[in-house]
Amino acid sequence: MERRPTTLLAELTHRCPLHCPYCSNPLDLKRSNAEISTEDWKRVFTEARALGVLQLGLSGGEPLVRRDLEQLVEHARDTGLYSTLVTSAVGLTRERTVRLKEAGLDHVQISFQDSERELAEQIAGTRSWDAKQQAAEWVKELGFAFTVNVVLHRANLDHLGAIIDKAAELGADRVELANTQYYGWAVSNREALMPTRAQVDRSEGIVDRAVAKYRGQMQIVYVLPDYYSAYPKPCQGGWGNLYIVVAPDGRAMPCHAASQITSLHFDSVRDRSLAWIWEESSAFRAFRGDEWMQEPCRSCPRKHLDFGGCRCQAFALTGDATRTDPVCTLSADRAVIDAMLDGEPAPYQYVYREMGAVAGAPLLVGKA
Amino acid sequence: MTATIAPTARPALWRLARISFDPVRKQQVLLYPEGAILLNDTGAEILALCDGKRTVADVAAALGAKYGADVTADVTEYLSQLADRELIRDAV
Repeated sequence: MERRPTTLLAELTHRCPLHCPYCSNPLDLKRSNAEISTEDWKRVFTEARALGVLQLGLSGGEPLVRRDLEQLVEHARDTGLYSTLVTSAVGLTRERTVRLKEAGLDHVQISFQDSERELAEQIAGTRSWDAKQQAAEWVKELGFAFTVNVVLHRANLDHLGAIIDKAAELGADRVELANTQYYGWAVSNREALMPTRAQVDRSEGIVDRAVAKYRGQMQIVYVLPDYYSAYPKPCQGGWGNLYIVVAPDGRAMPCHAASQITSLHFDSVRDRSLAWIWEESSAFRAFRGDEWMQEPCRSCPRKHLDFGGCRCQAFALTGDATRTDPVCTLSADRAVIDAMLDGEPAPYQYVYREMGAVAGAPLLVGKA
Repeated sequence: MTATIAPTARPALWRLARISFDPVRKQQVLLYPEGAILLNDTGAEILALCDGKRTVADVAAALGAKYGADVTADVTEYLSQLADRELIRDAV
């Protein structure tokens, strides 16, 4: 059977008005002059559709800072893609929301940082609460599919029930609650972000009750932190199997965190067609199938369920992207994860996401 | 365990889901926020009848008449799975 991608995540820009310390973007944020052009993106969407992509995520950074966003949405609609805008909503106007609707945007995801203004704005590192509330109203009014997404971590996980209620109050059709994954800026902030075991244990019951309460009104997607699991998460349905990410500078990757695997070379859509990158590029072929696996994955009956887990995490924690994801309790490296889980919770001193910032130097210190 | 959809339910596609033809795979596909399901011919036929007016029993009867066989069990199982994922909703 032919291998066809289903999903393209277009990271249109790294520019963003928010400074969230859990951002999965790389520390080396690309400036606007490194971004690929409108015509490049349109060609990428056309090529993605021809490869079989059905779902398009327009993300970033903050995709609203791209002035050509409406043009890109219109092109996505013309190629037949189902389009989702993943936004902070900061800077959105009603006029622009109307234009995005007219251009054919299907679905809007607005990020919220907490159920209450004070903590939400501390986490975002900027005023953003009012803009989000207002944007949610326009998104509902204009009839978009509407998702509220919230990244969870130690400072807000105890508010999980209130966060879900807040999403329902905003009229969300879906709420995505994803515990922080430690990529990019989140690595710099891991000790301040990691929840306690007690918090994680409590969260599951809260989610179960909310799923029952909101069934038929709002879908609840809860992503447990993988550090607390016995087995790793399946990496995007398998490396180079379903998913393509194109970064602001045009580099195409099998996962949004893959650029941290420094042993890989990523080809750019500026130089190569998306089809070539999908079929032939060294990065997309690196961990396809199971030939690359070491033990215990190689002989494991779970290898087609979780594909050995996350390649980015294996590389980050062991220096070798072909090792078993250390989250797996069958991995020889699991002690690395357990040591993190047993560590004392660190104070809420975040390294806020900032273009050109020196990693490790706190720019603002929030308390929570 | 998937709950079984009632024969009297009047299934309709979720407001935010839509069926579209994928010219690449030459197949109907159900698209919705953050997801897609490739539909085989039977699935597409079943969903095409789910207009929020016909009951599950009506859908099964219509397809059964077309194929000259009792397809109630297959239709019920298929719709129960989609209902469990909230991709179809009871319009009543």
